[in-house]
Amino acid sequence: MATLVEKHHRREADRRDEVKTPAQLQRAEAWRRRAPLLPALTFTIIVTQVPFLVTIWYSLRSWNLLRPGADRFVGLSNYVDLFADSTFRQAALNSVIFTLGCVAVAMLLGIGLALLLDRKFVGQGLARTLLITPFLIMPVAGAMIWSVSMLNPTYGMVNWLIGLVGINPVDWTSTYPVLSILIALVWQWTPFMMLLVLAGLQAQPKDVLEAAQMDGAGWGKTFVSITLPQLRRYIELGVLLGAIYVVNTFDQIYLMTAGGPGTASANLPFYIYQRAFLGFDIGQAAAMGVVVVIATIIVATFALRLIFRSFEQKD
Amino acid sequence: MTTTTSLEARTSAPSRSPRPDRGSGVGGGLLTALTWVIAIAFFFPVAWMALTAFKQESEAASNPPTWFFTPTLDQFRSVIESGAGVYFANSLIATGVSTLLVIALAVPASYALAIRPVKKTQDVLFFFMSTKMLPVVAVIVPIYVIAGRLHVLDTIWTLVVLYTAMNLPIAVWMMRSFFQEIPGEVLEAASMDGAGLMRTLRTVLIPMVAPGLAATALICVIFAWNEFFFALNLTAARAATVPIFITSTMTSEGLFLARLSAASLLASLPVLIAGWVAQKQLVRGLSMGAIK
Repeated sequence: MATLVEKHHRREADRRDEVKTPAQLQRAEAWRRRAPLLPALTFTIIVTQVPFLVTIWYSLRSWNLLRPGADRFVGLSNYVDLFADSTFRQAALNSVIFTLGCVAVAMLLGIGLALLLDRKFVGQGLARTLLITPFLIMPVAGAMIWSVSMLNPTYGMVNWLIGLVGINPVDWTSTYPVLSILIALVWQWTPFMMLLVLAGLQAQPKDVLEAAQMDGAGWGKTFVSITLPQLRRYIELGVLLGAIYVVNTFDQIYLMTAGGPGTASANLPFYIYQRAFLGFDIGQAAAMGVVVVIATIIVATFALRLIFRSFEQKD
Repeated sequence: MTTTTSLEARTSAPSRSPRPDRGSGVGGGLLTALTWVIAIAFFFPVAWMALTAFKQESEAASNPPTWFFTPTLDQFRSVIESGAGVYFANSLIATGVSTLLVIALAVPASYALAIRPVKKTQDVLFFFMSTKMLPVVAVIVPIYVIAGRLHVLDTIWTLVVLYTAMNLPIAVWMMRSFFQEIPGEVLEAASMDGAGLMRTLRTVLIPMVAPGLAATALICVIFAWNEFFFALNLTAARAATVPIFITSTMTSEGLFLARLSAASLLASLPVLIAGWVAQKQLVRGLSMGAIK
């Protein structure tokens, strides 16, 4: 902490060396400035970091609530078991499929829809309202809508629709569990991406667009060389935030397929939940949690650095 | 991609404004039609849920689907009679109190981060955002055990604390952007007048960032109201929230589609209406993180 104060102190001194104030005053000033930050910082550190440290501790123990008295230190053996566990690998793969699939498809659809909405037409406001609705629907309700009203094998709307063109009914959630969940996820997340990109489009300086048109640039050329670079940071932010939330997908899996059939559609959050709250295997679940965190940090650090770099460039 | 070329043809005429107006012309008309088809497709599942909520069970689970029927409020009545009130009250408290706490913590913090660009600012922001990267499943086991030992399982206050931690990083991130919009002269003027931090915040800064504050609060409300995972694992009979109510309707007594639809509609309605009314704030709120 001392170095932080000193650095700040030095910067302050550099900035206004014409008014040389006593060091103590500056120190007090630095703390006065930093004080508003402390409650939020302290709260966040306690609520998020403490449980994670405890997770690491649990992950080194063999602790199953179904076997009382068996709580003991086992070192890394939970981790060793994990990599021999084929369900874990399946769940990890599903996590990647859900996250990449949902974020990519939702972003592409979102860009397309934002471009469509960024024109003046009759009922523009209403069309936008209809399009953002899936984002506002409670995910649990959304999962219910998809698993029951839309994809149900006997009275679901999707089977009725494909029946109109002569395709036989499909039991979506048990035949194509991963696809079914992806559909529900894309439906839920497309509006979010659309809203972000739309904000980016509306923030475009109009004079630049007009100038491009004056120069005879067509729509395609304007889009690639002016609009897309302008949208870059919005797209990056959408991908980052979307990925953070989609990696943690639980509601849709819990309600639509319960990870099944078997473990075909379980992702890591769902599998950890199963091991912890249905299997009561605290040690194993904790080890999986730690692995997920490490993987997430590796991927996210790259993403976050990318975002921050593009922020700094503009600032 | 015929639609693209027609738009290109239209907009490349120098006399036109950059954006096609009022959907005139064949190309514009086609694009408008396409927009409407997609909008209706995206909205349809929700509309169908809303329709189903007003049906009798026999009409709800029919094949082919029932399009015309006499609307009934029976399902809503049965949802309310089955004790939904407690769940709604729990959700309301958890969402409301956690959002107020988030704002109370995020406003000073984001003020400090926006107005005092110290080198460490980036690191602190990075830390806040990185806590969002922490998958909730990785901390749920210790949270469960700790909450059990503190005897706070199945209380709303556990949810309040967790929802606050869940939304705080996003709120700090968003509010910082709104504070950065404020011109430096305003702050200087306030400090010339001898106003302290709290007074400057209350009389000058808060009014200026009010729309941003509303947007931040709205996004916190959406995420807290819809949260399911913590509520599922940390609450039982007393503190269960609305998403838990829906799942219990879904699984306990077999599938009553119309009643389930009514429950889902009621559960989604508060956020739905808030989001529809405050669309502009929502877009602004989401995009502010990207702008600054």
